[in-house]
Amino acid sequence: MKTLSKILLAQAAAFGLSAPALAQEAMTIDQRVNATFATVTGPFVNFIFAPFPGTAFPWIVLWLVVAASVFTVYFGLVQFRFFGHAIALVKGDYSDPKDAGEVSHFQALATALSGTVGLGNIAGVAVAVGIGGPGATFWMILAGLMGMASKFTECTLGVKYRNEYDDGTVSGGPMYYMSKGFKELGLPGGKILAVMFSVFCILGALGGGNMFQANQAHAQIAGIVGDYPGWITGLIFAAVVFAVIVGGIKSIARVTEKVVPFMGILYVGAALVILLVNYDKIGWAFGQIFAGAFTGLGVAGGLVGALIQGFKRAAFSNEAGVGSAAIAHSAVRTNEPITEGFVSLLEPLIDTVLICTMTALVITISGQLIMNPETGQFVLNEAGSAIKTIGDTSGVALTSAAFGSSISWFPYVLALAVVLFAFSTMISWSYYGLKAWTYLFGEGKTTELVFKVIFCIFIVIGAAASLGPVIDFSDAAIFSMAVVNIFALYFLMKLVRKELKSYSARLASGEIRKFKT
Amino acid sequence: MGMKFLIGLDGHGSGERAMTHAQMLAKLIGDCELIAAYVIEWSPYSFQTQEENAQRHKRREEEISTAKSRIIDPAVKKLQDAGFTASGVVRHGDVAETLNALAEEQGADQIIVGRSSEGGFTRRIFGSATSNLVMSASVPVTVVV
Repeated sequence: MKTLSKILLAQAAAFGLSAPALAQEAMTIDQRVNATFATVTGPFVNFIFAPFPGTAFPWIVLWLVVAASVFTVYFGLVQFRFFGHAIALVKGDYSDPKDAGEVSHFQALATALSGTVGLGNIAGVAVAVGIGGPGATFWMILAGLMGMASKFTECTLGVKYRNEYDDGTVSGGPMYYMSKGFKELGLPGGKILAVMFSVFCILGALGGGNMFQANQAHAQIAGIVGDYPGWITGLIFAAVVFAVIVGGIKSIARVTEKVVPFMGILYVGAALVILLVNYDKIGWAFGQIFAGAFTGLGVAGGLVGALIQGFKRAAFSNEAGVGSAAIAHSAVRTNEPITEGFVSLLEPLIDTVLICTMTALVITISGQLIMNPETGQFVLNEAGSAIKTIGDTSGVALTSAAFGSSISWFPYVLALAVVLFAFSTMISWSYYGLKAWTYLFGEGKTTELVFKVIFCIFIVIGAAASLGPVIDFSDAAIFSMAVVNIFALYFLMKLVRKELKSYSARLASGEIRKFKT
Repeated sequence: MGMKFLIGLDGHGSGERAMTHAQMLAKLIGDCELIAAYVIEWSPYSFQTQEENAQRHKRREEEISTAKSRIIDPAVKKLQDAGFTASGVVRHGDVAETLNALAEEQGADQIIVGRSSEGGFTRRIFGSATSNLVMSASVPVTVVV
C-alpha cells in the first residue's frame, strides 16, 4: 500500500496539485486532463486518420481492407477452406496426449479472445451504428470475415518465430517475426520495423488497451450510481490492476479469466433472447443493414460514412492485422506453427461476425436510433455528427439503452460485464505492452516495473478524459501498430504460404492425423 | 506369467491403501508387474491468463518433477524394495480418463485406486474421480476403501 500512496501522490504532483486540492477541484481536473490530452495527441491522430487528398476516406481504413483482401486471395480463402480443421484443432482432435499439461489450442484461443472480446463489441459497435447507421454492420461483418486471413497470417508467424527461453517460458509477437523473419529472407530493416512496432504497441496498450477501457468502465458506473469525477474510478481501477500486474495477485486475474467467458456467453444469450422475442423484426433489421450499407440511409457521410465506421470498429474490435494476437497466440504448444494460425482465424469470426453483429442487431431492433417515419431516413443530431438517439446516448450507453428497452434489468448486468471486460482487456494489453517494452529495453524487474507503473497512471487519465479524444487516440495508436505490422506481413507472407503448402500436403497424405477419433 | 497392475496414487492415505492392497494381490498371484501412476488434474479447456500461458511449459516441468520426487519415486522404491518389478508414470489430464488411457497403453490387467476424497459439492456436480473411472474404465477396477 505504501507504493500505491506514492503513486497517488505522484499523480497529484503530475497534475500540479497537492492532495487536498485534488478533491476540491475534481471537475476541473477532469477538464484539464481532457484539454491537455486532446492537444498532445491531436497531431498523431490527425496523421493516422488523414483522408486521401480530395476524399473523405481515411487511408488507414483502406490499408487494413486491402491487406485483409490480399491475404484472403493469397492464401486461397484459407478462412473458409480450413474452417472445419480449425474447429477440430480447438477440440483437441489433433493434440498429442503426451503434450497434456501444455498450453492447448483452446486455451491460447480463449486467452486471446478475452483480450479482444470486450468494449469493442459493446461500445465500439454502438459508436459504429450510432454514426454510420445499421449499414455499418454489413461492412463490419465483411471486415471480420476478411480479417480472419490477416489473423491467420500473423499468428502463424507469431508461433514460428517466437523466442523460447532456457527456463521454458516463451515470448512471441510481431517484433520477433519482424527481426527474425527478415533476417531469414536476407532482407534489411527487420530490426527497425520491430522497434517501430514496439513503440506503437506500447502506445496501443496505453490507448485502446487501457484508456478507452477505463473511460468506458467509468461511463458505465457513472450511468448507474450517478455522475462523479472520472479520476476516482481511475484510481480504483489503477489500484486493482496494480495489485495484479505488480503485486502478482494472481487470484484476481484468475477470477476475471473465469468470469469473463461466462459474461460473454451471458451477453450473447441476452442478445439472442431479445432477437427471439422480436423475431418479426429480424428481417427488417437485416433489410436496414443491407440498405444502409449501400445507401447510408441519410447518415452522416452516407455510404462512405457507414463503410468507414464499419471497417474501423471491426478492426478495433478484432484487432486483425494489428499484431496483438500474434503475441497472445504464441504460447501454444505445437510442432506446427500453422495450426495456431488456423485456430486464430476463429477469433474475428467469434468476435466480430458473431458478437458484434448481435450488438448491432439489438441496437437496430430496439429503435433507439431515431428515424423519420415518412422518409425512412435517420434523423441526425444537432451537430450533424451522428444519428439522433432516444436520450442522446452513444457508446456503451446506447447499447445499454437498447438492451434495457427489452430487458429492464439488463443494464446492470451489462455494467458489470463492461467493468469486467474492461479489466480483462487491460490485463491482456498490459502484457502485450510489456512484451513490446521488454523487447525495447530488455527484460528485468526494474524496467518491467517502470512500464507497469506508467500503465496504471494512464488508467486514471483515461477515466478522467472524455470519450472523444480518448477514442481518437486509442484508434490511432492501435492502427499505427497495423501500419508497421501489415507492411512486414507483405514480405513475410511467402513463409506462411510455404508452411500452408507443406501442411496441407501432409494433411491430405494422412501424415498428420487425428489422435482422437 | 502374473498380472500387470496400475496403481493410481493421489498423494494421500487412500493412495497408500491402494499400494498395500496391490502388493497383497501381487504377492498372492506371484510374478506381477506394478506401475505407480500419478495424474495431475488438468484440463485443456480451462481459462488462463497471458502470463500463465507464457510460463505454462516451465510450470508443467516443475509439476511433473515435484510429483515424481514426492510421490512416484518413493512409491516405486518402496515396491522395488519389497521385491516387485515396478515402474512409475506421471501424466496431466482428467484423473479417470488418464488412468484408463494409461492402463490401455501399458497393457495393465487391472487398475487399483483408493476411494477419492472430493467434498460434497464438487462430487454432486461432476461425480468423483473414482466413480467416473469405475464407469468408464476398459479394464477391471478395484477400489480400496
